Amino acid sequence: MKKYIDTGKKDTRSGFGVGLLEAGKADPRVVALTADLKGSLKMDAFAAEFPDRFVQCGIAEANMVGVASGLAITGKIPFAGSFAEFITGRVYDQIRQEVAYGHTNVKLASSHAGITLGEDGATHQTMEDIALMRALPGMVVINPCDFNQTKNATIAAAKYDGPVYLRFGRPSVPNFTPEDEPFEIGKAYVMNEGKDVTIIATGHLVWEALQAAEALESEGICAEVINVATIKPLDEATIVASALKTKGVVVAEEHNSAGGLGELVAGVLARRAPTPMEMVNGGDRFGQSGTPKELMAAYGLDAAHIAKAAKKVMNR
Amino acid sequence: MATIEEMKKVASQVRRDIIRMVCMAKSGHPGGSLSSTDILTTLYFGVMKQDPATWTREGKGQDMFILSAGHLAPVYYAVLARAGYYPASELATLRQYGSRIQGHPSVEHDLPGVSQCSGSLGQGLSVAAGLALGKKMSGEDSYAYVLCGDGETEEGQFWEAAMFAAHHNLDNLIAMTDWNGQQIDGPVDEVSGQGDLEAKWKAFGWNTIVADGHDIEAILNAYNEAKKINKSNGKPCMILFRTEMGHGVDFMAGTHKWHGKAPSEEQCAEAMKQLEETLGDF
Repeated sequence: MKKYIDTGKKDTRSGFGVGLLEAGKADPRVVALTADLKGSLKMDAFAAEFPDRFVQCGIAEANMVGVASGLAITGKIPFAGSFAEFITGRVYDQIRQEVAYGHTNVKLASSHAGITLGEDGATHQTMEDIALMRALPGMVVINPCDFNQTKNATIAAAKYDGPVYLRFGRPSVPNFTPEDEPFEIGKAYVMNEGKDVTIIATGHLVWEALQAAEALESEGICAEVINVATIKPLDEATIVASALKTKGVVVAEEHNSAGGLGELVAGVLARRAPTPMEMVNGGDRFGQSGTPKELMAAYGLDAAHIAKAAKKVMNR
Repeated sequence: MATIEEMKKVASQVRRDIIRMVCMAKSGHPGGSLSSTDILTTLYFGVMKQDPATWTREGKGQDMFILSAGHLAPVYYAVLARAGYYPASELATLRQYGSRIQGHPSVEHDLPGVSQCSGSLGQGLSVAAGLALGKKMSGEDSYAYVLCGDGETEEGQFWEAAMFAAHHNLDNLIAMTDWNGQQIDGPVDEVSGQGDLEAKWKAFGWNTIVADGHDIEAILNAYNEAKKINKSNGKPCMILFRTEMGHGVDFMAGTHKWHGKAPSEEQCAEAMKQLEETLGDF
C-alpha cells in the first residue's frame, strides 16, 4: 500500500495558526476573533503581525459570533475561534441566526475538538459538534487530518465565500499529508486504493485508518482508505464508487454516533449503494479525563478497533 | 433630511401601515411596532446617512441599521417602504408565503435595506458592534445603529455586547431601546425587573441619554447629542427612549396584550379613525 511518513508530530491547531497567518498575509480582509483563547487557538502570530485585525472578545462567545457576523457584513473575513464545544453547542442559536441563516462569511475555528482534548474532561470534550454544524443549511464542515492539511484547509476556508465550520484538535499527532497541497473543499481524498474493504475516516482517525490498513495488508487484506476532510458538502461520488467496489465500509470518526460522519455515509449508501457498514465512533456517551491516547483506546477510536471493524464488515 | 412636520406625517402613515399590515396578515406584532414608530421614522428620515438608491448589504460608506428586536418587523418594513427601499404595495404581503417581508426580517429574500436577519432576541447589539468595528477597521467615518426592545435586554448576550463595545471604544455605535415597559407575559417590572436600566448602561461604560420616544424633536436631539458625546469620549451611546406600547391607538396603548396580536377588521377600522392618512395607504 501507499506509504505515509510521519514527518514529526504536530498539533492540528498549530496548522490552523500557520494557515491563519498565511491567509492574513494574502488577504487584508482576514480578521481573527477569540474568546480569551488566543494562545490555545494558536492565534499569537496573527495577532502580533496584524494587531489591528485581531479582536479579543473576552469570555463571551455568543457576542463573538454576533460581532463576527457584523464584521463579515462589512466585507471582512472573520475567523472566530474557541474550543469546539464553546464555538458550537454554547452558541448554536447565534450561529444559526447570524451565520447560517444570515449567510455571513464567518469561519468558525473550532479547536480541541473531540475526546483528544484529554485531561479537562467531558465539559470541554465535544463529540456532538459535527452533528450540530451539519444540521445547519449551507454550513460547510471541514475536519482535516493533520497539521499540513489543517493549514491548507484554513487557507482554503479564507478563500471560500460562505460560512465554514473548521474543526481541529489539541494533541500532537502524526503529520503526513503534503506540506503545500491546496485543499479542495468538498473533495474526499483517497489515501490508499484498495479492493477488499473501504475505510472512511475523518480528522485524527485518518492516521489510525492508515495504520489499520497496514495491519490488514499483512493479513492479505487490501483496504481502501478515504479521508473525508470535508464532511459537508460530502463527496458522495467517491464514497459510492468505493462502496460499490469493496462491498464493505467502515466509518471512523472522533465523534459520537448521532449525526456523525457514519450516519451521514450510511444515509448516502442507503440511497445510492446499500452496503454493509461498521462504525467506529464514540457511541452515545460523554468523554472523561485521561490522556488522549488512553481515551482513544478506551473509546475504541484507534487502528486496532478500525482493523477489527474492517474484518467484521468483510464477513457480513 | 425631512423636517419635523414631515416626519410626523410619515410616522402617522407608518402607524396606519402597521395596523393594516398586521390586520391583513392576521398575525404579527403591532404593540412594539407602534411604540418604536417615531424612533425609527426619525432615524431613517432625519438622521441616518443611507441612500435607498445605492444601498448594499455591505453598507460601505453609509450608516447602517440593525433591528435587534426582530418582531418589530412591521414598523421596520413600513419605514423602509416609506423611505423608498421598495414599493409600499409590498407591505400587503406581510407573512405570506413567498413574500420578501417575512414574519421576522430575513436576508434570504433579498429585501433592500435589511443587512442582517433577526428574530431570536438579544443578538443585534453584537451584530451592530461588529458593523461599527468593521467600519473603524476600514477607516470609515460612518455609524452603526441598532434598535432593541427593553424586554430583550434580559438576554445575557446583551451585556456581553455592552462590555465589548465599551472596551473597544466603538464611538460610532448608537443603540436605541424602545423602553415601553411591556413584554409578552406582562409589564417588564413584573416579568423580570431590570432595575435602573440607565445606571446599568453607565456602569458598563456607555454614554446614556433618556428621551421621550414619541416627540420627534426630542428624538432628533437625542440622536445628535449621542454623536456629540460619543465623539467627545470615544464610547458608544445607549439612548433609552421612553415609549408607550401601542402608542397612537387608544385601545392598544400601554398594555402588553397587543404585543403579538392582530386586530380584527373592526378594530382596524377603529384604529384608522385615530391615525391620519398622510401619504396614501398602500
